Amino acid sequence: MTEQEVFQQVVKILTPYVKNQEALDQVAMGTNILEDLKVNSARLVDVVLAFEDEFDIEIADEDVDKVNAVGDAVTLILQKVG
Amino acid sequence: MTERVVVTGMGVVAPNANGTQAFETALRKGHSGLRRNEAMIEHGFGCHVAGVPQGVDALAESSFDEEVLLAMNQSHRYTAVAALEAWLDAGLERPAADDDRVDWDTGAILGTGIGGMDTTAAKVVPLVNAKKVRRLGSTSVEQVMASGISARVSGLFALGNQVTTNSSACSTGTEAVADGCRRIRDGLAKRMLCGGAEAASHYIWAGFDSMRVLSRPFNDEPEKASRPMSASAAGFIPGSGAGVLVLESLSSALERGATIRAEVAGVAVNCGGHRGGGSMTAPNPSGVARCIADCLTDAGLTGADVGAINGHLTATGADPKEVGSWSRALGRGPGELPWITSTKSMIGHGLGAAGALECVASVLMTERGFVHPSINCEDVHPEIEPFASSIPHELQELPELDTVIKAGFGFGDVNATVIFRRWQG
Repeated sequence: MTEQEVFQQVVKILTPYVKNQEALDQVAMGTNILEDLKVNSARLVDVVLAFEDEFDIEIADEDVDKVNAVGDAVTLILQKVG
Repeated sequence: MTERVVVTGMGVVAPNANGTQAFETALRKGHSGLRRNEAMIEHGFGCHVAGVPQGVDALAESSFDEEVLLAMNQSHRYTAVAALEAWLDAGLERPAADDDRVDWDTGAILGTGIGGMDTTAAKVVPLVNAKKVRRLGSTSVEQVMASGISARVSGLFALGNQVTTNSSACSTGTEAVADGCRRIRDGLAKRMLCGGAEAASHYIWAGFDSMRVLSRPFNDEPEKASRPMSASAAGFIPGSGAGVLVLESLSSALERGATIRAEVAGVAVNCGGHRGGGSMTAPNPSGVARCIADCLTDAGLTGADVGAINGHLTATGADPKEVGSWSRALGRGPGELPWITSTKSMIGHGLGAAGALECVASVLMTERGFVHPSINCEDVHPEIEPFASSIPHELQELPELDTVIKAGFGFGDVNATVIFRRWQG
């Protein structure tokens, strides 16, 4: 998978949880998931489950802590998909 | 000075119709919403028929935010769709999600009999047993908890008064109306969304099938399977859905120029103590009689004032006893008993939703002046035969009808009764 393909899937998975439409319209690798996209932190658990299902990978809790921006999620997923 | 309480809005998701207009049409025409149920057949139930609302997901998807929908199981969707209809019907504005104001004067009592059993059975139990707890995700608790449906609605409408889920088995929805009415009378709220919901899940219905209280002989004729008051009644047919009524203080309704659909003239709840013939699953006739009498007293009415009865009438062996109880409690014998009808004949037994769905039907009858047919009882039960002239086999247009009494008698020997009166203005 290319970085661009993963990026698009990540954005698609995040979309229902995003509360800031403007930030979503301009989303880039550096966009912060909680602070820019205003995703409810309580729902991150569900976002991670969706990543796992979509890419057929397992993401440990420690890995999740390092994901702040969309790009962090993309990098993590590319590593796991490998 | 206690407030009078009126109904200013209603919403319904029922096996035979969604929306109060379609529901009224279906009731008038005697349309059944009962159908073959594949899940029951596949899992070897004795009963193969159930009442399930149609097309609710499409309604929910067009009404609610995508993220919220991810946390809304069936009973959440039923409740939210019905509550939204009721809210708008009451002429209230739906608050925007980013509007931070709270409506401190409006609350909700929205009950259920069983709660999020569908989610428990489909997700919690299998995943936990497979030691995959983390796969439940963040939305599991709010869908499983009994108060999920009221908690969901509170967020949709920024409710700031009491928000709770009551539970009293088959009398749940009627009890919710009674309790909401009392809160408003006491001046503790101006408006209460009252009603109940139940999901459509074979897991919910399994226990009833096992105790052989669900009807089996009419599996090939689903629309004929729910037969309250008939000689061939053989148990109830499970139903599902949601009904919501906006109860409001008369002063609040008048102040904002709301359209008043009916008055909640009297309420009563009690239990029969599992004595005097009562048990976990059968009502104590004395308890039933007292509940009806208390409701009449609360309304300042007598049995002679009642124009129609919307009974509990589930099509079990209790039906004949119930008709006898109504007759004694209202003091009206054969030939004098008011019209007595069972909405369950068309929509089955909605359990936690039953009382709510049937209260909506009762308000429609009061407001519009009709009594809907009680279908599938052309063969009246021999013990009910003396009262046969009180059973509407066809729609009855009754422009003079102004007082309808609704009761539910639930497992646990619990009773709830409400009297609706036409609002004269």
